[in-house]
Amino acid sequence: MIRRGGMLLIGAVLLAGCTQQARPKKAAPVAINEDPFPSTYQRYPGAPTVIRGATIFDGEGGQIDNGTIVLADGVVQAVGGPETPVPAGAVEVDGRGKWVTPGIIDVHSHLGDYPSPGTEAHSDGNEATAPARPDVWAEHSVWPQDPGFSRALANGGVTALQVLPGSANLFGGRSVTLKNVPARTVQGMKFPGAPYGLKMACGENPKRVYGQKGGPSTRMGNIATTRATWQKAAVYKRKWDKYEKDGGDMPERDLAMDTLRGVLAGKILVHNHCYRADEMAIMIDLSKEAGYRIGTFHHAVESYKVADLLAKEGICSAMWADWWGFKMESYDGIKENIPFVDRAGACAIVHSDDANGIQRLNQEAAKALADGRRAGHNITDASAWRWLSFNPAKALGIVDKTGSLKAGKMADVVLWNGNPFSTYTRPDRVWIDGALMYDAANPRLRPVSDFELGQPGEGDVK
Amino acid sequence: MIRAAITALLLGAAAPLAAQTIAITGGTVALGDGSEPIPGGTVVIRDGRIVAAGANVAIPRGAEMIDARGKWVTPGIVAGFSRLGLSEVDLSADGTTDDKAQNGPFSAAIDVAPAINPLTTTIPVNRADGVTRAIVAPNVARSIFAGQGAVIDLGADMDPITARRRFQFVELGETGAATAGGSRASAHVLFRNALREASELQRFAVPVSSAGAGTGEDPVVRDPNESRLTGPNARRSEDVLLTRFDAAALVPVLQGRQYLLVHVERASDILQVIRLKREFPSLKLVIVGATEGWTVADRIAASGIPVIASAANDLPSSFEQLAATWSNVGRMRNAGVKVAIGMIDDNDTRYLFNQRQYAGNLVALQKVPGHTGVSWGEAMAMLTSAPAEAIGLGSQIGSLGNGRRADVVLWSGDPLEMSSNAEAVWIDGVRQPLETRQTKLRDRYRDLTPNTLPEAYRR
Repeated sequence: MIRRGGMLLIGAVLLAGCTQQARPKKAAPVAINEDPFPSTYQRYPGAPTVIRGATIFDGEGGQIDNGTIVLADGVVQAVGGPETPVPAGAVEVDGRGKWVTPGIIDVHSHLGDYPSPGTEAHSDGNEATAPARPDVWAEHSVWPQDPGFSRALANGGVTALQVLPGSANLFGGRSVTLKNVPARTVQGMKFPGAPYGLKMACGENPKRVYGQKGGPSTRMGNIATTRATWQKAAVYKRKWDKYEKDGGDMPERDLAMDTLRGVLAGKILVHNHCYRADEMAIMIDLSKEAGYRIGTFHHAVESYKVADLLAKEGICSAMWADWWGFKMESYDGIKENIPFVDRAGACAIVHSDDANGIQRLNQEAAKALADGRRAGHNITDASAWRWLSFNPAKALGIVDKTGSLKAGKMADVVLWNGNPFSTYTRPDRVWIDGALMYDAANPRLRPVSDFELGQPGEGDVK
Repeated sequence: MIRAAITALLLGAAAPLAAQTIAITGGTVALGDGSEPIPGGTVVIRDGRIVAAGANVAIPRGAEMIDARGKWVTPGIVAGFSRLGLSEVDLSADGTTDDKAQNGPFSAAIDVAPAINPLTTTIPVNRADGVTRAIVAPNVARSIFAGQGAVIDLGADMDPITARRRFQFVELGETGAATAGGSRASAHVLFRNALREASELQRFAVPVSSAGAGTGEDPVVRDPNESRLTGPNARRSEDVLLTRFDAAALVPVLQGRQYLLVHVERASDILQVIRLKREFPSLKLVIVGATEGWTVADRIAASGIPVIASAANDLPSSFEQLAATWSNVGRMRNAGVKVAIGMIDDNDTRYLFNQRQYAGNLVALQKVPGHTGVSWGEAMAMLTSAPAEAIGLGSQIGSLGNGRRADVVLWSGDPLEMSSNAEAVWIDGVRQPLETRQTKLRDRYRDLTPNTLPEAYRR
């Protein structure tokens, strides 16, 4: 999507050159640069590596016992049994008694925009100055030196994550998907080719934040403002579509509407913070009225009440294993939410929304898996891993690139020192694009943020 | 089930079924005292107390037999630091939170006991996950002193209090600085001034009556609203900052008859607390938090002050937690500090059931190079006997030692694995209901197939 935007720009310039000579009529349209803050991420060099003898969860539900996986040139080369051919000279890793999985992908993080330490000066996640701010982009708040990224890597096995704006606003702004590789700039972390997301919110937060600031102050107010904003976006889109087709006077640019137009064109994915089942149903109808698709409901504490509807609509639910009751709209949380969504055939995702929770998403999945089995949803461990990598990759529009261990996909891989659904297990090594970014046995392979240099505990195990 | 719960409510807590003997046999038994689990062990409960636990235990004639083969048996989890029972819904749910009095006039005099609601849904949800007791502290509002905390049980009855006014809770780190007007220095002056005001009043204190005091471990704190302290003879200086009730409430702290839980995280703040012990030798201090404790572990150990730590801190989430690491607990323990784990400022109103996950994660560190983990038995003790001992209730709760209150959990498997669940829970020897609002919602929506009536008719 991003690359196509760039091509379009070049095309338009060439076209302008030709038509001018032919017959000077209308000025050709100026194309909007859809990628003004492009990714500068480059994968780090990695040695060709083979892990042998491990239990492999491929991320799509498959399990290989005594498996072999080959990583080289940044991608998964082969996954299979002991007979899998291995290139000469590959680094050998003994995986016996260990597990190999795709790297965990967190679809809901505020690392960087609500970093540690959580001082007021660092509070950059909510542009709570108006309820509709689709013009703000989370990447402009991300502090790449947030120590939380390294904990998510070393303790959590997280290889990619989506950083979202907060949920104070009905339209919170654009999200950004990052590789969990430290960099000096946020551009250096941006996942190449990942589409943008739009954070939306329903329910308590917007009405609480704006109730005393001009509204909306009710749920019906939330919906009215959301619908009115989409109506504006439709007008904007018509104007710009026409201009891009026919040229003429360039319409006024509106950054907020640019984002919504991107959603209506299917280029930006919608991540909708929504707890209650009844509100999800309203948002689904609203999206149909406005002409867009909801990709994922986030938090989705009551998805289990409408799991059939979510399956039918093809909408993912990003959920916690056991959070409930911290506010009214989370009051009906149950521990079987994730497995019940999965059982209905809908897309289930374990998410964190938390700098600590992101470090144990595998354990959160383990809780949900066990509660689900007790309630009769008897799936395998390997199948449950879909909640941690494949389904989140799907929700982020990067499932063609990562999220499962298939030949040709990015070598985003975790070697666990035991069954990753056990509390006794930790990452042993983590590769991102085939580069070894964490090794529990090597203190030099442990990222230390600028913030932590010269502080108590610098470079310590965490 | 519902009827059983109501019956239990009507009977009240103090009614463990008369002269009932229960033998739980064949399970892997963890005593909670730091020892490693015993395969094929037996636990015998009689009249609400543990009478024997371990291997080669004789089974009394006529005991109700519980087959625990293939399962694990442990003491109930003691939530090491919580706000359990004080909040139904934490945010924007007027009237349901009682953990702090933002606009109230009192501080140290506050006593959480009247605010504990045993029917708060957080109690059954945690009970169903094997939490049987909790240390419950108030939150600070406008003073460094939050007030007096209690120890509660999570039984399905209307008498939750195990020990009322067991401790005073004070903030002396970043939060203390903020409530003291903006600096740690101010917090420390306020603290010393408060003890001075208490010392003025202590000569009017009434000798502790033995009646109702029970064992020497029971709280010997007189009611801070006690009339004799507020009578005409209890004269005070004119330059006082505390209300009379607040000053009076600190008398038992000053006299070392009530524990003082101090929340600090930073290494230098921890050392200041240790110094307090030298300045006021009678204080019965417990350090809460202690994220940077490992950096001064030897000095904490030498002070003998127990610590209730947050196990799961590994981020510099504030400047007082820069040295945070999962190894904090293990390193302190190795240095000889008495460590329990709690949920300090970590979703403390409701997610106490996650303590066992954290304990399992501490065990996991044993396999990670450079980390300092703890053994399984120690991890279990940090969830059970260690918090009880930190506040002087070790002979009452927190282990399967003889004579302890029979708070026992039968687990489907290793309780430090989150895949295991509590299959049976006894509190004071009374078998507890494990149904919750959550299990009822689960059962209502288990099957989404449309029926002849709406979901509202299913229960």
